[in-house]
Amino acid sequence: MTEIKFTLNGKKQILNTDPNRRLLDVIREDFQLTGPKEGCGEGECGACAVLLNGQIVNSCSVPLANVDGQDIVTIEGFSSTKQYHVIKEAFAKAGGVQCGFCTPGMIIATQSLLSENPHPDDYEIKIGLSGNLCRCTGYNLIIKAVKTASKDGDGLW
Amino acid sequence: MKVVNHRTPSVDGLGIMKGRKAYTDDFAEKDSLIIKVLRSPHAFAKIKTIDDESAKALDGIEMILTYKDFKRNAFTRAGQGYPEPSPHDKFVLDEYVRYVGDEVLAVVGTSDDICQKAMDLIKVEYEVLEPVLDFEKALDHKVLVHPEDDIHEMFDIGFDPKRNKAASYHMEIGDVKKVLDSCKYTISETFYTQAQAHVMLEPHTVNARIDYQERLVLYSSTQTPFHIRRIISQALEIPLSKIRVIKPRVGGGFGGKQAIHGEMLVAYVTYITGKASKMVYTRKEVFESSYTRHPMKLEISLGADEKGMLKAIDAHVLSDTGAYGEHALTVYMVAGSKVLPLYNKVDAVRFYGDVVYTNHTPAGAYRGYGAIQGNFALESAVDILCKKMKMDPIKFRELNMMKEKETSPIFAIMGEGTEGTAMNMETCKLEECVSRGKELIHWDDIYPHIDDGDKIRSVGMAIAMQGSGIPLIDMGSASIKLNDDGFYNLMVGATEIGQGSDTVLSQIAAEVLKTSVDKVIIYSSDTDLTPFDVGAYASSTTFVSGNAVYRAADELKSMMLKEVARIFECDKDDIDFDGERFYYKDKKISLIDFSNEITYSEAQKQLQATSSYVGPKSPPPFMAGFVEVEFDKETAEMKVLNYVSVVDCGTTINPMLAKGQVDGAIVQGLGMAMFEDVKYSKNGKLISGDMLNYKIPTRLDIKKLTTEFVDSYEESGPFGAKSVGEIGIDTPPAAIANAVENAFGIRIKSLPITAEKILNKKWEIENEKK
Repeated sequence: MTEIKFTLNGKKQILNTDPNRRLLDVIREDFQLTGPKEGCGEGECGACAVLLNGQIVNSCSVPLANVDGQDIVTIEGFSSTKQYHVIKEAFAKAGGVQCGFCTPGMIIATQSLLSENPHPDDYEIKIGLSGNLCRCTGYNLIIKAVKTASKDGDGLW
Repeated sequence: MKVVNHRTPSVDGLGIMKGRKAYTDDFAEKDSLIIKVLRSPHAFAKIKTIDDESAKALDGIEMILTYKDFKRNAFTRAGQGYPEPSPHDKFVLDEYVRYVGDEVLAVVGTSDDICQKAMDLIKVEYEVLEPVLDFEKALDHKVLVHPEDDIHEMFDIGFDPKRNKAASYHMEIGDVKKVLDSCKYTISETFYTQAQAHVMLEPHTVNARIDYQERLVLYSSTQTPFHIRRIISQALEIPLSKIRVIKPRVGGGFGGKQAIHGEMLVAYVTYITGKASKMVYTRKEVFESSYTRHPMKLEISLGADEKGMLKAIDAHVLSDTGAYGEHALTVYMVAGSKVLPLYNKVDAVRFYGDVVYTNHTPAGAYRGYGAIQGNFALESAVDILCKKMKMDPIKFRELNMMKEKETSPIFAIMGEGTEGTAMNMETCKLEECVSRGKELIHWDDIYPHIDDGDKIRSVGMAIAMQGSGIPLIDMGSASIKLNDDGFYNLMVGATEIGQGSDTVLSQIAAEVLKTSVDKVIIYSSDTDLTPFDVGAYASSTTFVSGNAVYRAADELKSMMLKEVARIFECDKDDIDFDGERFYYKDKKISLIDFSNEITYSEAQKQLQATSSYVGPKSPPPFMAGFVEVEFDKETAEMKVLNYVSVVDCGTTINPMLAKGQVDGAIVQGLGMAMFEDVKYSKNGKLISGDMLNYKIPTRLDIKKLTTEFVDSYEESGPFGAKSVGEIGIDTPPAAIANAVENAFGIRIKSLPITAEKILNKKWEIENEKK
């Protein structure tokens, strides 16, 4: 048991727990947040993506010890931002959601990409989102969604 | 139409995006017992002894279940209607383990860690047996994958486990040998298709609790909640009335979740202990211990006359069902029944062979369901024949393929596990699909290829068909009620698994009731609350369940008009209803006032209609798939520049979701065509057991998808719709193979079609020339 302090969705948290626990389990079990999901547990699929200090990470591959003193935002926290609103609208309009299991991670990846590069081209979007797998869609609609978000939310990032 | 054929956003998209509690594991009880399965390290073995004493003594271990805890009730996990066309060849746990990853025993404890600790302490002694790993040698092998006597078939499917046969089939129309002998041009070729993994993003997940009525309540990530309830009841001898199965949001299925996975163990543990329990497959378990697509060997002979008319098709097919026979016969038959009718002008056609057991991960339902295997073989063979005849492959297809209003005798002969149903193609726009696709891919400018120096660009194509549910077997039903304030609840057994059925069915109800989708609150797949539906498989939901929704909504509308007629004192047929108001001469009443009146007055009445639908036929969707591929001449590295799909699926209830279905299926089909491959080591251990070693297409693999729908209206479908869920997956393997031929004059006859195979073949030919 170790004391670990971090910020989760804007709120300071102190946990007394095993520092080897996966960030994903802590988010889902201790905070009942269901946005990040376990697709593979191997850091390959991106369904568990969260923002760590504004950058995308796969929370299944992050031991809790690594987030001591850091800032974590899940889709639940991100969904109250203006940027989320723009991305959400773009995904809904393009029809980028099918089964939806990858979607919160995909939105986190989009945020991470746009915050680094507000006007990505097709190739940069493909690279930026290549860590997030989707088995339902043909990906085109998602790429279209990211482009729409980049355009509609111009100035937000 | 105001709602149907419009790009309505998904009814559930916004909540899903926010990460709201929606999927099975989101509903697991906080202190659920964890169930972990100890899996076989051997491809085939008999359990001699299990020493689990020290594991049982661990703090936090609730129980350890072995085959000795279960009565020997053979069942099938296939998740089909009853009686199943799959052999009852599985026990909850068995003393035999038949593939690496098969269930040895189950550990039940308070945490993952303690279960893992327990598994490490358990000692299992095996009598290791010689496995059957080559499906071409399985028939009459000296080793029997299922030596036990207490397994059976439900009706004649050619089940003969003493010969390692899970099923067999034979049909012949005309005299194939005679017709082939009389043909000017004949070819005979052998094709192989590989095992493919579903890789849905949400792993197989199930949890259970006992509710306050002492009933067993399961949340399951399944495509078939009603079948799950029945199979659990039969195998564990729990009364059906004691079981409730709820299907929450499902994170992808593609056929993989038609079957039973952890449900049996979770149901048993909670039923016996009274405690909540859960099971979430690891990704390794999803790869190793669920299902794959059936690998097949397809020997095809074709014969044509001097005018280029196809006269005979002969298909001898061998299918590998792995360790258990889920979907063995039906997938096998679909490789014929949803492929061969494409060429309906032949004088003779034969389709026959066996489905054999091996000691590999079992095969099961997977989008395409045999049609993709059959399509690869037949549509490759057609191009080979055309090359021999020096005939343009598109001209050949235009001459020989199915046309509108025509039929094929195969429909009456081949069903799914049983006889089929005769039907005419009331809609078949294949001709339009082919000519539009040809235009979109710029066929005439590229065919067969364009030499760009270091690169070569070529085109390839294939045509395909699927079905819309299983006629006279699949049933869907729907219940719809009017609420005060004028909105509706739509309850359907149909199973939303991410394909968008909740949205599409809401659209159908809204169109009938002339309202908007937000006034139709849909609730699907809960065995206590929604009417029966077979589930999401066989491309059935839009057509079968959609027809049920149409009927129920229409019936409710009729009930509403009857009540309004009572208020207006007129005949119900004289009333106009525009979705918001009822009119008769100078009288009018709004739907809101009307619904409030019948909810809060002496004339109180709940208006609710329930209806169901069983299709007398299964109108096939059709499509033409065209691919433009760029190859590096030196390395044969392939880039799919454009995939054109032109689809006849009748009316697209939701064009955006329909496009999503086709695009997604094309990408899965391209994965199968080009690199996806379930691989085993020599001793039967899975090599491709994670997402690193089993590559699925990523964003970088997809250049351009061009998807169009032709105008088509199928009278028997809801608002003219046929199905669209599976059809998209069928054409990529043959289209890619044909494009390789058109680029290099090389024919690859086994999937996946990799650069390595192309180069090897190239060198082989060059060496022969020397």
